[in-house]
Amino acid sequence: MAIREDVIVIGGGLAGSIAAIEAAETGASVRLVTYKKSTLRHASGLIDVLGYNGSDDPIADPYAALDELPDDHPYSVAGEAAIRDGLERFDEVVGDQYQGGHTDTNALLPTFGGAVKPTARYPTSTAAGITSDTRSMLVVGFREMTEYNGQMLADHLEAAGVPFEVKGVECNFPGTYANDSRVTRFTKRLDNDEDVDYEGTTMGAREALAKEIEPHLGDAERVGLPALLGDEHADEVHNDLERHLGADVFEIPMGPPSYPGMRLADTLKDAVDEAGVRISAGNPVVGFEAEDGELTSVIVDSKGREVPYHADEFVLATGGLVGKGIDSDREEGVTEPIFDCYIPHPEDRYDWFDKQAFGDQPFAHFGVRVDETMRPLSADEAPEFDNLRAAGAVIGGADTVAEKSQSGVSLATAVVAGEHAGERAATHEVHQ
Amino acid sequence: MSNKPHVIVIGGGSTGCGIARDLAMRGLEVTLVEQGNLTHGTTGRMHGLLHSGGRYAVADQVSAEECIIENRVLRDIASHCVEMTGGLFVQRPEDSDEYFQKKLEGCWECDIPAEELTAEEAREMEPYLAKDIKRAIKVPDGAVDPFRLCVANAASAEEHGARIETHAPVVDVLKEGDEVVGVEVEHESGPGKRVHREPGTREKIHADYVVNATGAWAGQIGEMAGLEQPIEVRPGKGVMTVMNTRQVDTAINRCRPKGDADIIVPHETAAILGTTDVEVEDPEDYPENQWEVDMMIDTLSELVPILKEARSVRSFWGVRPLYEPPGTGTSDSTDITRDYFLLDHEDRDNVKNFTSIVGGKFTTYRMMGEEISDYVCEKFDIDEECRTADVPLPGSEDFSVLRDYMEQYGIRSPIGRRSAQRLGSRTDEVLDFDGPNPVVCECEAVTRAEVKDGIKGSGSDLNATRLRTRASMGNCQGAFCCHRMSAELYDEYDAETAYDAWDELYQERWKGERHALWGTQLSQAALKYSLHSTTMNRDKDAATTDSVVDFSAFDSGAGTGAGSSAAGTAATDGGRKGDD
Repeated sequence: MAIREDVIVIGGGLAGSIAAIEAAETGASVRLVTYKKSTLRHASGLIDVLGYNGSDDPIADPYAALDELPDDHPYSVAGEAAIRDGLERFDEVVGDQYQGGHTDTNALLPTFGGAVKPTARYPTSTAAGITSDTRSMLVVGFREMTEYNGQMLADHLEAAGVPFEVKGVECNFPGTYANDSRVTRFTKRLDNDEDVDYEGTTMGAREALAKEIEPHLGDAERVGLPALLGDEHADEVHNDLERHLGADVFEIPMGPPSYPGMRLADTLKDAVDEAGVRISAGNPVVGFEAEDGELTSVIVDSKGREVPYHADEFVLATGGLVGKGIDSDREEGVTEPIFDCYIPHPEDRYDWFDKQAFGDQPFAHFGVRVDETMRPLSADEAPEFDNLRAAGAVIGGADTVAEKSQSGVSLATAVVAGEHAGERAATHEVHQ
Repeated sequence: MSNKPHVIVIGGGSTGCGIARDLAMRGLEVTLVEQGNLTHGTTGRMHGLLHSGGRYAVADQVSAEECIIENRVLRDIASHCVEMTGGLFVQRPEDSDEYFQKKLEGCWECDIPAEELTAEEAREMEPYLAKDIKRAIKVPDGAVDPFRLCVANAASAEEHGARIETHAPVVDVLKEGDEVVGVEVEHESGPGKRVHREPGTREKIHADYVVNATGAWAGQIGEMAGLEQPIEVRPGKGVMTVMNTRQVDTAINRCRPKGDADIIVPHETAAILGTTDVEVEDPEDYPENQWEVDMMIDTLSELVPILKEARSVRSFWGVRPLYEPPGTGTSDSTDITRDYFLLDHEDRDNVKNFTSIVGGKFTTYRMMGEEISDYVCEKFDIDEECRTADVPLPGSEDFSVLRDYMEQYGIRSPIGRRSAQRLGSRTDEVLDFDGPNPVVCECEAVTRAEVKDGIKGSGSDLNATRLRTRASMGNCQGAFCCHRMSAELYDEYDAETAYDAWDELYQERWKGERHALWGTQLSQAALKYSLHSTTMNRDKDAATTDSVVDFSAFDSGAGTGAGSSAAGTAATDGGRKGDD
């Protein structure tokens, strides 16, 4: 049976999920086509909107800084309302799993690299780590792990001038572990509250962990731990640790596999489901069919069989260089692999990078350029297709990494793309 | 003070380390000074081929004979640094039959075991060789880890009483009349640049004799000694392009007169493509060009076609310290001899107690060391035999039993095996570690114990620890381990030093990585950028950028978080609420 929807969204990350939900809200039938695991498992789970613009000083109010952005910045194209709509949609989807919606002002959270970072929405599990809070802090690291050293991280926060007392400590993670245990092993132990032997007594892993930390607590009112505090039962783990310790507990987001990122991916998946979006997972989109400048279908490779998925409107949310929504080659240059949308880039690949690792990196700007309804534009600035829109990191024009704006750009562009796709699909039906 | 003569060796590359070991083993007092970390110069920037001599068997048979002798010695004394991959000289249809024949016969003449293989036999050994190759010659080439080899030589020298000073560039050669009496070094300050001495200070080291083993830098040292006739080393740069995996397990050479892009060396987890040869003015400042990288991939894919589609992780350049005696007048640097020369400055320039060793190649470093040590000993009437060809290096001592390291040290067998390969006979000593021993670098399977051992040997210089352990040298180019390595510095060093060392390592990785930025590796680099900038915010880290953050201007929490009713709020001055 032929697959036909009003809207097909390609890519199941933050942008794809929000675009699908947004489109479904207009009453359109929506299908989300995803291939690989989303890059959210690499992401901190913090929702940054705009943290920096050129200077090294963090931005307190991202909205006040929007005027200074260049005209081709995705925010300038989408507009402030789109950012606010995107965050509103996000807040609705995540509920009390996240905080930060009470204010326009950015929060500064500690990173596992020991810096503080401006962000707009943060998982509730990280909230007690906020650095504009003056309560004293203890940062705990584990000898069984290598991501950071608790004392070193604390020293570095102090060097940044945080307005509170901060100490760090290296603890042993209760229980016995193979030397090459992965982060998931520790998480599982807390998630299931597995029994461990702690100083001669058998007890739950959560209680044992609290006992291990307690002697170092001093007058700290909050305790930071690597973000591995539970998976399915993360709330329970968090509450149990706080109860045993008598102090607030917060997670410090880390690299892959990132639990805050994966928890967000789970929440998004549930929300997409709930919005009535159909999901086709596991097969890549490998091509398309078009007529008179409009896409009629995308071709999905289903275990070697090429299946057309028909729709009136399409949203491209396949990610950037990391998510492989953008490809590059020594000879072909920089390309968008599904629709071959135009991606401005220097011809000489030695102009793709800056010599300084943290310099102004041209590759970070790679991506499609869009009009105000998020349609990717060709080199002569005409829409590539009348009914193709883009959302998220596949859109270029800004170094969202340096700006700390990736999630905000994803949300803002997703709501615009999703809404236009949904509404235009509805018009199609009226005409037919 | 002992009455042993004191010899200063300038240069911590393979030659310098080899001389230091040799002289120290013969009982001389030795100080080795090196401007960077060990292998800072050319040694650390080569493709890692242990020559069988086959490469020189037509054009330079003296070098070829030396190579096969030393090849055999190193397999013996440095077994933990050497992998006997074997080598092939591969002939393509367009390559000359006459040259092929000369190569084969040349090998035999130089006592290099060489065997002709049909195309089928060669492709059976290396299935990714091009289908249209004509035939090949099999020779005992190998791969050698130059870092490990230098470090082992330095360690052996230290065991015999030598003093090894890294990050100590020579700022002056001390003279009294026409005699060299020592050198003045600067103990550099900075994250990795402090091993024993007070950083930022200068030190005059007096000695009875000075050996200049600085390769491409020999001329600069000569100038400091006021030599009338300059030492004309002609630095020739060459590119090495690192692939993410071993497309071949045998060293693959193109069987034709030497040219660019004609060798692939399997090295640890990678394959290294080499190289070019372009004369440069300054060994420390020369252009690194895109055409060189492109040529490696395009030309060598004529031998191994999958290289065209394969992933490169980085490229680096090395500078060969080629030397030719004055008046030879070779115009093309590729024609300059690979032989080495001992320049006694008393004979040459009327400057006493000072000798330079220039030219030569990595495979014969030990032999060069022996010759110059003989020479120095003769000056002091010391009648001691050279023992460097017989006594195994630390790490290669009596290492015959491959034990089950997984069981013994609680690490998975692939990790244990790789650790043991790197550490050789030092495995027990290093892995017998107190406390948890998690994996720090997953790409190269390096555990905390090995990183700590590297730090013990090289101080807070994470690039030196990288060279000792290979941590951060794999596919991710340090994305997932630069910060972990820096965390291992803490305790022994303060947070500031650890962070500086992290930045230094991160920048060093970027330097080579940027030559491989397309396809999967660009995607990998974007992920690395994201992890370090978005997740960690290292690019805008207020403690590093000296940005003064007004914490009170930011969100201090919704007050709805679990148990956060007591949340304080930063006062507008950034101080603690209640201070006023």
